[in-house]
Amino acid sequence: MVDDVCRGVWVFAEQRHGKLKNIASELLTKGRQLADALQTDLSAVCFGHHVGEVAQLIAYGADRVYLVDSPELAGNQEDLFTGQLAALIEQYRPEIVLAGGTPLGRAFIPRVAARVRTGLTADATGLDIDTAERRLWQTCPAFSGNFLVTIICPERRPQMVTVRPRVFKKGTPDMKRQGEIIKVDFNRERITSRTRLLDFVADVAGTVNIDEAEIIIAGGRGLGTAKNFKMLEELAAVMGAAVGATRPPVDEGWLPYSRQIGQTGKTVSPRLYLAVGISGAVQHLVGIQTSDVIVAINEDPSAPIFDIATYGIVGDLFKIVPLLTEKLKKR
Amino acid sequence: MNTVVCLKQVPDTGDVKIDPRTGTLIREGIKNIINPLDTYALEEGVRLRERYGGKVAVISMGPPQVEAALREAISLGADEAVLLSDRAFAGADTWATAFTLAAAVNKRAEYDLVICGQQTLDGDTGQVGPELAEILDISFVAYVSQVEEVTGRHLRVRRLVEDGYEIIEAPLPAVITVVKEINLPRLPSLRGITRSKSAAIPVLTAKDLGLDESLVGLAGSFTRVVKLFSPERTCSGEIFQGEAENQVDCLIGRLKDTGII
Repeated sequence: MVDDVCRGVWVFAEQRHGKLKNIASELLTKGRQLADALQTDLSAVCFGHHVGEVAQLIAYGADRVYLVDSPELAGNQEDLFTGQLAALIEQYRPEIVLAGGTPLGRAFIPRVAARVRTGLTADATGLDIDTAERRLWQTCPAFSGNFLVTIICPERRPQMVTVRPRVFKKGTPDMKRQGEIIKVDFNRERITSRTRLLDFVADVAGTVNIDEAEIIIAGGRGLGTAKNFKMLEELAAVMGAAVGATRPPVDEGWLPYSRQIGQTGKTVSPRLYLAVGISGAVQHLVGIQTSDVIVAINEDPSAPIFDIATYGIVGDLFKIVPLLTEKLKKR
Repeated sequence: MNTVVCLKQVPDTGDVKIDPRTGTLIREGIKNIINPLDTYALEEGVRLRERYGGKVAVISMGPPQVEAALREAISLGADEAVLLSDRAFAGADTWATAFTLAAAVNKRAEYDLVICGQQTLDGDTGQVGPELAEILDISFVAYVSQVEEVTGRHLRVRRLVEDGYEIIEAPLPAVITVVKEINLPRLPSLRGITRSKSAAIPVLTAKDLGLDESLVGLAGSFTRVVKLFSPERTCSGEIFQGEAENQVDCLIGRLKDTGII
């Protein structure tokens, strides 16, 4: 779409199983700043079925919420989301669309961008606005985070970007903020799905999902055996954390691939990343470097993990971890 | 079951440095490899051929030296390979790349499935696969960790989602992007190595694909890179000394100060 009259900032407010994700409020907080700088409106777009607390989107800064509620949209149906978001963009012509760099966002947002024929950048960790040209400067990691690259989309509209979760902090919700919720009918004649979701099998109940976890405890080769991950699970239970791993424990089959963090696994950005028995190969570090605080526990003082750690303990993890668990339990 | 595997040659990221004066990548002396996740895509193509017959074709866009990666792909089991190479392709963003790949896929008489690695080491975007599906106007599934079955004109796959996995059925032709969990790529076979040496690898230009030069490469890209730089490393970590007891207390104190616990 090439159009000078495209106006307004949009946030795709992602939900899963009817619950809004943190990324929605993070993006609305950032989106509010961008909209104010451009002197335009901020809208949230939410698809799902019986999504709870939609008014929260207004409290976090949206002037308006486009809500499409249908049982067919309950299971994050990417084909339908693609069609619905593209249709709304073509109807209302926003100039910027922000979405989460989540597994869902990174799978369907590229299809939306391709469908409306506009540019897209992936997994941004920085957003700035050039108010004169109304251009969004999108900074993203490249070469596995060894470099940062700043990208613009000069002519096409909207300017679309997926944003890494937890990079932008959410503001304080203002429950008195006014805004409107616009219910959009889901047009099942026009928007269809080629693929069919036959089944969803959830991970073991009770485990915290590493994509959105505030605290992640990860183990490396230093743990020695699968059994020793139990020690991390115990600490995780006390801290409300998710448990992840570097590549070697996953290759050994100690943990499933969905828990692998690093270049060929997931990129995470928690408030606290606790690296246990992890030496810190560059392939792992690229997946954790935007974490707020990194704590390393390793017996080798020359391990590269200490180069990026905020706090480090050189010592025997088999002593340190149980002690940490015990002391935190007593608090 | 005819499969097209999209493959990219990338610099081995551990080796890449930036020229502090010019702000561009220093490419001399850098080892190039097949993007690791693309080797899983290729392996899956080869396994599907073993299960259902047909052919595996590999396509790649890039400078002439990408031929080496395509020969390697043949040694790993691909039946044929095509290189899309033209000065006009240089500087392509994910849209222009997907657009060019789509033209090459459409040129093939018949294909059932296009397989891409989930993302590349250099761009890290994961956008080319879904954009390609959209341009080809066929079905798409991301994060595929297992191809369960191909029945008639459908494909049933297992794919990873953030809190578990889904079983999805997609009509063929389809584009899928695969994750590491899907298989364990094999090593080159002796027969494959022999074939790879003599295989003809056609090179297609924009003209061969029937594409106007304004639609490919930098000219056809919607985005522009304005800056490339090294991230600041501001972190100077604090190492806690003493006995385990003391180290743990210090750590808990700091975490409390930062408000995390």
